[in-house]
Amino acid sequence: MTISAERPTEVAASVAPPASKTPWTQRPGWMSQHLGTAMVAALLGYLLGHWFGNYVSANYPYIANSGQNNIANTLGLTGMVLGWLLGIGALNYPLAKLVGKDAPAESEVEGWSKYFRYSTNHKVVGLQYVVGVILFMFTGGLLAMAIRTELLNPTTHVFGPGTYAEIVSEHGTVMMMMATSIIVGPLGNYLVPLMIGSRRMAFPRIEAFSFWVFVAGYMVIFSALPYGGFTTGWTGYAPLQTQNGPGMISYLLGFAVIGLGMMAAGFNIAVTIINYRAPGMTWSRVPIFVWSMLATASLLTLATPVLFSAGLFGLLDKTVQTAFYVGEHGGSSYLWENLFWFFGHPEVYIMALPGFGIAAELLPVFTRKPLFAYKVAASGMIGVALLSFFVWQHHLFQSGINPDMRPLFMLTTEMISLPTGFIYLVGLGTMYRAKIRWELPMLFVMALFFNFLIGGVTGVFLSDVPVNVTVHGGFFVLSHFHYTIMGGLLFAFMAGLYYWLPKMTGRMMNKSIGKVHFWMMFVFFNLTFFPMFIIGLLGQPRRVFTYASNLQGLNDFASISAFLLGTSFLVFAWNLVYSLWINPVKAPANPWDSLGLEWQTASPVPAHNFDRIPVILTDPYHYSEPGAPALADFGGGAGASTSAASTESNPA
Amino acid sequence: MAKNNSNYGSDLRKILWIWAVISIIVDVLFWFLVGPHMAPGRLTETAKNDQMDLNILMICALPVIVGVWTYWGWSLTHWGAKQNGPEPIGGPAARSNLKVQTWWIASSSVLVLALAIFGTLALIMDHGSGGGEGPNPVWMPDGPVTQVETAALNGTATWSPGKILPVQVIGQQWKFTYRYPTFGGFETQQLILPANTTIVFNVTSLDVIHSFWAYQLGVKADANPGVNDVAFTETKGTGNFEVRCSELCGIWHGAMYNSGAVVSQSTFQQWATSTQAATAANTALLPKFAWTYTPDANGAAGGYYPDGNLTPYSSVQVYGAKQS
Ligand SMILES: [Cu+2]
Ligand SMILES: [Cu+2]
Repeated sequence: MTISAERPTEVAASVAPPASKTPWTQRPGWMSQHLGTAMVAALLGYLLGHWFGNYVSANYPYIANSGQNNIANTLGLTGMVLGWLLGIGALNYPLAKLVGKDAPAESEVEGWSKYFRYSTNHKVVGLQYVVGVILFMFTGGLLAMAIRTELLNPTTHVFGPGTYAEIVSEHGTVMMMMATSIIVGPLGNYLVPLMIGSRRMAFPRIEAFSFWVFVAGYMVIFSALPYGGFTTGWTGYAPLQTQNGPGMISYLLGFAVIGLGMMAAGFNIAVTIINYRAPGMTWSRVPIFVWSMLATASLLTLATPVLFSAGLFGLLDKTVQTAFYVGEHGGSSYLWENLFWFFGHPEVYIMALPGFGIAAELLPVFTRKPLFAYKVAASGMIGVALLSFFVWQHHLFQSGINPDMRPLFMLTTEMISLPTGFIYLVGLGTMYRAKIRWELPMLFVMALFFNFLIGGVTGVFLSDVPVNVTVHGGFFVLSHFHYTIMGGLLFAFMAGLYYWLPKMTGRMMNKSIGKVHFWMMFVFFNLTFFPMFIIGLLGQPRRVFTYASNLQGLNDFASISAFLLGTSFLVFAWNLVYSLWINPVKAPANPWDSLGLEWQTASPVPAHNFDRIPVILTDPYHYSEPGAPALADFGGGAGASTSAASTESNPA
Repeated sequence: MAKNNSNYGSDLRKILWIWAVISIIVDVLFWFLVGPHMAPGRLTETAKNDQMDLNILMICALPVIVGVWTYWGWSLTHWGAKQNGPEPIGGPAARSNLKVQTWWIASSSVLVLALAIFGTLALIMDHGSGGGEGPNPVWMPDGPVTQVETAALNGTATWSPGKILPVQVIGQQWKFTYRYPTFGGFETQQLILPANTTIVFNVTSLDVIHSFWAYQLGVKADANPGVNDVAFTETKGTGNFEVRCSELCGIWHGAMYNSGAVVSQSTFQQWATSTQAATAANTALLPKFAWTYTPDANGAAGGYYPDGNLTPYSSVQVYGAKQS
């Protein structure tokens, strides 16, 4: 094992910016590339693409007669995405290399304006992602409020049926897109290098690319609304997909675009974890959160290409009249169902594993005990990731395909509850005879365990084919996946924010407002979604604007709870504003007395994370163990600057 | 410290006792108070079995939930930083426990395998449990199902009390209609079924994917264009039931429902015969009875399970005359 001095780093690039040679695109100030230029270029790209699409295709009879030109819409949105990437500067480096020019490394602009630029610093990207996913979450949440408003009354309607179907579909799609990145994006990017003792991600440009493409995906999916929306729900089943208007283009292209970001983020994180661990950070010393990121990143990398291709096939069907999903012309709607869920079920665990990782990472800190059964936890996460590729047909138990496969998919699906159950073994074991500090992050972790228990157990119900006949396609399954995704992942995200924001921003989140936020969110989450299990068992299908009048009481109860649940997010937003800007309280260097490596660097984290790469000596879970070895050798102590660490090297 | 270690398992033993007691109470209460009212009721043999499966899963699930909650209850009351409990200990004893881990993994594996075996047996013995089995079902009820289906397709099938009744369900934006091949293939918007009869539903669609969900019958099968999705149920007594579409099929999906009834065999026969006569003029204008009605590119319409027995592979025979 070599130590820091020999490790190639990019410190030189950030310590000594080549001031004289800075191209105009990277200067501070308005005359450079930033969010503003990206927006202008996106608009121009849209107009150009749309014009070009009309130019080449408007005269084809099937387009001229239909009154809508999906080719122009597709090229317009593609132009928008390309313009956006050009405008922000994501393509400067590859384009320069393409024409054989010397491409200077991105210089880091100092000050707040770096958050509006194409930054290759993983800590900037992490915070950009925080804002990005919260934007997604709040717009998706508003749509959820609209859904619950419509369902207040079975017969009096707030929206027309078309508008309602668009709202439901947009809500589902936006939330699913957000959930793919809600932890990987902000916390994965920010924390993985800090936790494994690295100065950077493996591919800083790909990392920045993943964020800006994620935002482009947000713009594409919302372009569905001015196009008249789409009515297929987030699952986009053909032939309804084929039948839908131009809003469907936004759905298909949106998934393809966001898929690019998911693949980029996953690939980058997986490579970083495998290759950029500090000396001594063996696999049995890797923090459990990093294990969950590795499992998630693998799923992102391996499952998303299927979604990407499936989306492109759909786009081809809708633009140039191919027939991947058109039964009348030799295609099959089952192809979409299979491709979609072949991605869609790993996606479920893309949305569960990060939550497990946060829960397992935080438990030792707040119980003051080592993580129980560390190896079981890590193998459970990898096991879930592997198994999740073998269960997708449980979404198609009633679809009419190959019935003889049902026992197998019932078995694999029920088997996936075993590695998932490991997380509970780890959680319960860690709590055993502990001294639990019921701080805010710990409360959110406990809520995750509470909610995911209900979500997981009901998942076993859904996997049982005879029971699936009753619960498939109804409010039962709707409640089930809200319990796992919102009850699990979103609560974990909150736990992570309350826990790590002090490190990321240097400010403590306000505890009193946080308690109000937690209790409102926890109580009203359960009051919103638990009744939906009963509503589902009583026979209410998903995505309906009207329902049996005897279910109004339960629906109203769920709706009112949902409004209060929505309010809890305003409390959270208020807490952010209050704690970060109105009444900032400086966070101590290690407010939770954690042994984790990420808390051992200086606060705020220096641009290059560690002055010297630490040599890891043990795992970070030696709580309540007198005489335990130190976590790492920092070679002169954290924050002590030595020039030996700076070797000449550029980021790849 | 020594005192702690010597009695390290005492909390766990107490928790397990509390768990066992509460679990038994909760399970017994559920079985007798809630179980008989669980979805989807007991109108048909299929529904009754589905309800039984749901209840057995609940009986297994409740102790799991109770167990975790008991543990948390104990942790809240005994292991908080503000409580006067023993200091936590780290080190190897707190990092793993082979006995506990082995028990956890073994017992959860046994439970999961048992549930999978039970689910498979229930699925097979209940003839697909009312779920859509596609064009070539593998778990069929007793009786000459294949012959009845073939006769239905050839227009030679008849029905009399006691025989299997084939019914076709046609999903379309946005309603369900039903054809009765044993009564001349008339089409109606009313789903009327005879009591104490094995019903074969042949579910298809004219446009997008719908899902035929006859809640009280315990039947759910997707309606795919170009596909004959077969599901079985065995009616018992008489009663009403609701039909809803449970797959998003466009803007009026929410309005896609109607109700039906299981009536006595003689009432059914009267109703079917009179409806057949009353709608004869309309029936003459309908396409010939077929398993699917959507046009296809090459006569195969996807060709799922072309080698099965129920729908022999002849494009015209399987999928009906082409609609042009
Ligand atoms: Cu799944
Ligand atoms: Cu529908």
